[in-house]
Amino acid sequence: MSNQNVNLKNAVMAAVLTAVIVTPVFGLQLIRQGARTTMESNWKLVALAAAIVFVFQLLRPWIAQPFRKLRTSLPALPAAPTKGHKPLALLLLAVAVIWPFFAGRSSVDIATLVLIYVMLGLGLNIVVGFAGLLDLGFVGFYAVGAYTYALLYHWGGWSFWEALPFSGAMAALFGFLLGFPVLRLRGDYLAIVTLGFGEMIRLLLINLNTLTGGPDGISGIPKPTVFGLEMARRPSAEGATTFHDFFGLTFNNQHMVVYLYLMALALALATLFVSTRLIRMPVGRAWEALREDEIACRSLGLNPTRIKLSAFTLGAMFAGFGGAFFAARQGMVNPESFTFIESALILAIVVLGGMGSQVGVILAAVLLTVLPEVAREFAEYRMLMFGLVMVLMMMWRPQGLLPMKRPHVELTK
Amino acid sequence: MSDLIPQLTQQFFNGLSLGAIYALIAIGYTMVYGIIGMINFAHGEIYMIGAYVGLVTLTAIGTNSGLPMPFIVAAMLVVAIVVTGVYGFSVERVAYRPVRNSPRLVALISAIGMSIFLQNWVALGQGARDMAVPSLISGAVQFHMGSKFDVTVPYSRIMIIVVTVVLMVALTLFIKYSRMGRASRACSQDMHMANLLGIDTNRVISFTFVLGAMLAAVGGVLIAITIGKLNPFIGFLAGIKAFTAAVLGGIGSIPGAMLGGVLLGLAETFAAAYISSQYKDIVAFSLLVLILLFRPTGLLGKPEVEKV
Repeated sequence: MSNQNVNLKNAVMAAVLTAVIVTPVFGLQLIRQGARTTMESNWKLVALAAAIVFVFQLLRPWIAQPFRKLRTSLPALPAAPTKGHKPLALLLLAVAVIWPFFAGRSSVDIATLVLIYVMLGLGLNIVVGFAGLLDLGFVGFYAVGAYTYALLYHWGGWSFWEALPFSGAMAALFGFLLGFPVLRLRGDYLAIVTLGFGEMIRLLLINLNTLTGGPDGISGIPKPTVFGLEMARRPSAEGATTFHDFFGLTFNNQHMVVYLYLMALALALATLFVSTRLIRMPVGRAWEALREDEIACRSLGLNPTRIKLSAFTLGAMFAGFGGAFFAARQGMVNPESFTFIESALILAIVVLGGMGSQVGVILAAVLLTVLPEVAREFAEYRMLMFGLVMVLMMMWRPQGLLPMKRPHVELTK
Repeated sequence: MSDLIPQLTQQFFNGLSLGAIYALIAIGYTMVYGIIGMINFAHGEIYMIGAYVGLVTLTAIGTNSGLPMPFIVAAMLVVAIVVTGVYGFSVERVAYRPVRNSPRLVALISAIGMSIFLQNWVALGQGARDMAVPSLISGAVQFHMGSKFDVTVPYSRIMIIVVTVVLMVALTLFIKYSRMGRASRACSQDMHMANLLGIDTNRVISFTFVLGAMLAAVGGVLIAITIGKLNPFIGFLAGIKAFTAAVLGGIGSIPGAMLGGVLLGLAETFAAAYISSQYKDIVAFSLLVLILLFRPTGLLGKPEVEKV
């Protein structure tokens, strides 16, 4: 009986708090009319929110029960893919390659975007998932990659394929130089410093007007060529052959879209391949060991700074490749694309997927990119849900949707 | 040359009022960090919400209600303090308490999620565009310093400095002498021991969040009145800068947060005036990076010993 009284008291309390929280944001909505600001009240919404919270709190003991079972029954992924998965993976790959030739333009476009995020997610996964370094400035390296290509094109007339390795190298160099001093810092300080670096890179891009074009950025960046063949209706230079002329096809915009998709696929697969191999190499083992226990690692003679730096640099390099591709796909870059929210989105992909789990990261990248595109009418709720999901994931399943199960042996009693 | 001293004085007042706001927000960071060792990433958003609640209150009262100005400002402050106190309490309860015993990064990610949530929560309710805050306090103190250049200090900036100083003194006395203040100091020294000695640590933690939120709300309302506009995304930058201030002063130390806030405000203002106004944010970020690299314990912080 007294238990129920406590429950009722909590529910009333929660309902009152909800009313206070909702009122100034949704209950009394400010309306701007020129210079004047007026207000419109919406008490129904406040009452509704309070009522929902009240009922939920009252019934919480009953609601929580089925979830408790769910928590233990969600699957975990084995660390090493077993042999049986190989045909399945090849089949998926074949579908991914053939599919765009039959799909519509917009869906291929979205798929390209997904692949960019897969690439970025896998890159950040090396830093956050494998090495356990929370990097909140990842977008800075993405920006470095994008601007490296944009600037090399703008000032030097470089083509995409010439600039791509430089974009990766430049981002890696930035990762190395910025990582060098900060990697001695403890986890959460590191997170804030990387956030600071990410923002500084963006602010510099805005303020170095003469070099980077300031807030407007650089536009007119050419799309990648196919072995020197341009994919345009007419060649930009006199006497050059375009892709459709060379193969005797009629010009179609779809070619470019599919080509970009395939290229993103190739880049994402390369990232996947390299990071899968890395994690099985000594350096990858060292990342994971360091994440689990830094002091133990040091006492075993590993150099934490060097190991962390390798993870940081490699992660930055993949971001650089992603950035160069992004610049080529968009045809323009400006600092607006590289805000903190973008870092948070990439981090959310890694966290949602399960830190360290590559299949999870890919799945999360697909989810977080496709869902907002599908649910366009809920576009304004996107970031709201996104923040909420981050909080809820940390509460209920901090290991992510598809966490990686490590090979381990338990002592039998 | 004769203008130099008055100009410096002018910048000093500007920097001081800006620094006072940073100090108000920084205390929230530093107290939470001192007690549970986590960076409350959503704290900047609480400040933003405080500013919005102030504006909602002001609009509810109306600018031509005929009520005396100090009364209106006081009402804005009180309502903002109450509402953000509730926000601080609820945020801790919903997003931080369940992950309190998890690794640090889990709590930090939860806090980042909360920060994004609150930004968009307000953007959804009140619109993402800039809102104008009607000016309540006009006029300024002007004084000559024996040259052509007058030093102008608007009343609103004086109000910021006065309110902040009063709150800082009150807070210091409260932490030093009140029962709750003693409990909170005990918790920041050793949470387990405090718990064993009968202190309700959950209550102390809730209280810390509420108090931090309230101070940030005061900062939010004061800056909204002074600057005259706000949007749902002002909390991010202010939060990072206040965190910088907290780190500068030594995170975990309340006097440190006050000192750090003022120093950061001054550094930023002088950098904007004498280097380039475009680079003032970069100055704050560089300062953050430099302190963390060379003196992570800050000016007044105690060195942290890592135990195995």
